[in-house]
Amino acid sequence: MLPRPTTHSKALGPGVAGPELAVATSAILDRPPQPSAHLPLSGAQPCFVDPSALADPRQHTKYPYVTGTSVLAIKYKDGVLIGCDTLGAYGSTKRYKSTQRLYQVNSKCVVAAGGEISDFQHIQTLLDELTTDDYRTDDGIELTPQEIYSYLCRVMYNRRNKFDPLWNSLVVGGVQEEGGPFLGMVGMIGTHYTDSHVTTGFANQLARPLFRERQRDDMEEEEALKLMYDSLKVCYYRDKVSMNKFQIAKVTKEGGVSISEPFALDMRWDYKLFAAPTQWAVGAW
Amino acid sequence: MSGIGTGYDLSATTYSPDGKIFQTEYAQKAVDNSSTVLGLRCKDGVVLASEKLVLSKLLVEGSNRRIHNIDRHVGVAVAGLAPDGRMVANRAWDEAASYKRVYGEPIPGHVLCERLGSYVHMFNLYWSLRPYGATMLVAVYDKNGPALYAVDPSGSSMRYFGTAVGKGRQAAKNEIEKLKLADMSCREAVAEAVKILHKVNDEEGKKFELEVSWICDESGKQHQRVPADLLAEAERQAKAALEDSDMDD
Repeated sequence: MLPRPTTHSKALGPGVAGPELAVATSAILDRPPQPSAHLPLSGAQPCFVDPSALADPRQHTKYPYVTGTSVLAIKYKDGVLIGCDTLGAYGSTKRYKSTQRLYQVNSKCVVAAGGEISDFQHIQTLLDELTTDDYRTDDGIELTPQEIYSYLCRVMYNRRNKFDPLWNSLVVGGVQEEGGPFLGMVGMIGTHYTDSHVTTGFANQLARPLFRERQRDDMEEEEALKLMYDSLKVCYYRDKVSMNKFQIAKVTKEGGVSISEPFALDMRWDYKLFAAPTQWAVGAW
Repeated sequence: MSGIGTGYDLSATTYSPDGKIFQTEYAQKAVDNSSTVLGLRCKDGVVLASEKLVLSKLLVEGSNRRIHNIDRHVGVAVAGLAPDGRMVANRAWDEAASYKRVYGEPIPGHVLCERLGSYVHMFNLYWSLRPYGATMLVAVYDKNGPALYAVDPSGSSMRYFGTAVGKGRQAAKNEIEKLKLADMSCREAVAEAVKILHKVNDEEGKKFELEVSWICDESGKQHQRVPADLLAEAERQAKAALEDSDMDD
């Protein structure tokens, strides 16, 4: 417990913490607004004009509403695989069960997102403007995955500097003319890196160990898909806000971009250890 | 030098006694002296074709584009002064992009051409500006179907089944009137357009390049240059047809 400051009011006497020193901590100020009957959000008395309505009408993003969970991506011999589920969750509620969190930018790049779905839709609009610009100049040159990755880094970092982030963790995957497959991640505060395997959200903890063990840059497609399926399974088993309906995007030099139809994986919930988890544990009684 | 509109043709803000604005007329002349551009609206799309006279052997083939993509569903062919046409095409791009940003939808053809018409017309109103010396043939495929518009230097925008502008426009329009465009597919129309351009140009006898584009169901409702093999086939057919008609003569 942190020591609370004491008042020096004569009325209250020494060593007493008075009401004017009851300052809420940041944890209380920043939490999502709690519903309460009769009283406006700003804490004013009922029937008064809410002063926050008179303040700057521009809002800053404080918390996400409809979110997507993890995204998994690996490089393999012919290109990249990016997989994620199709859930748009509203807090704990599994509200939108057919959202596509993979977006095809052009014939050699896919962007996938976890986090706030509406912010991702805005990012899709920005990327669409970029590719239409390419289409307009009509010189056969398309944006490369590296360029799209750099562009998204700048967008995310600049929004973060305005304290109004796009609440997304983005994965950019594709194939480049020279240099082969490309895979990068951009976070909501502008953190970014490229690697042979990239994950966001819960998959960082759940899928990454599997990738470290089994992913190689010269994997065959069969092996890469098996690894992807196993990792998606683990993410569904262990992530509360996920569902058994996935999509995988494949980007290769010859085949371009293909985003699969949603599919389900076989899950087993009858493992003995799930049913009776403490039966053989030491010290169970 | 005394010409047609002496005294009344110095600025776009002066009417002549018989009600003409000569600057606009002269801008129209600039278009009429350029190489032929034609557009055909068929049952499943629109074809734009432009003839480019090869000014110098040193020019890279395919340079000096006269047909531009404005948005995915809109294309524009320019007749007249090429730099003027570029300015109007850039404006069309701005209009299309801003409409998409505000309404979330690709710009409909009639809205784009009305805006372009107003923009071009503005340059006919002020003493300090000269009218654009370019006519734009606009090919659109929006949710109302395919459409062909022409925006001329006076700012009027009209909708056509088929039209031609430039040097060979009279002969080309005669040929277009003979075609049954409502029953034709874009594939067939490409061949017809190339035939007409060859016929119209044959009277001049100079070397020229063709730039043909289409927007139709076959192109995924996106405006793009006609595939190279289709263009080559159309040119071959056109040359054969010309030789036949020469032999008949």
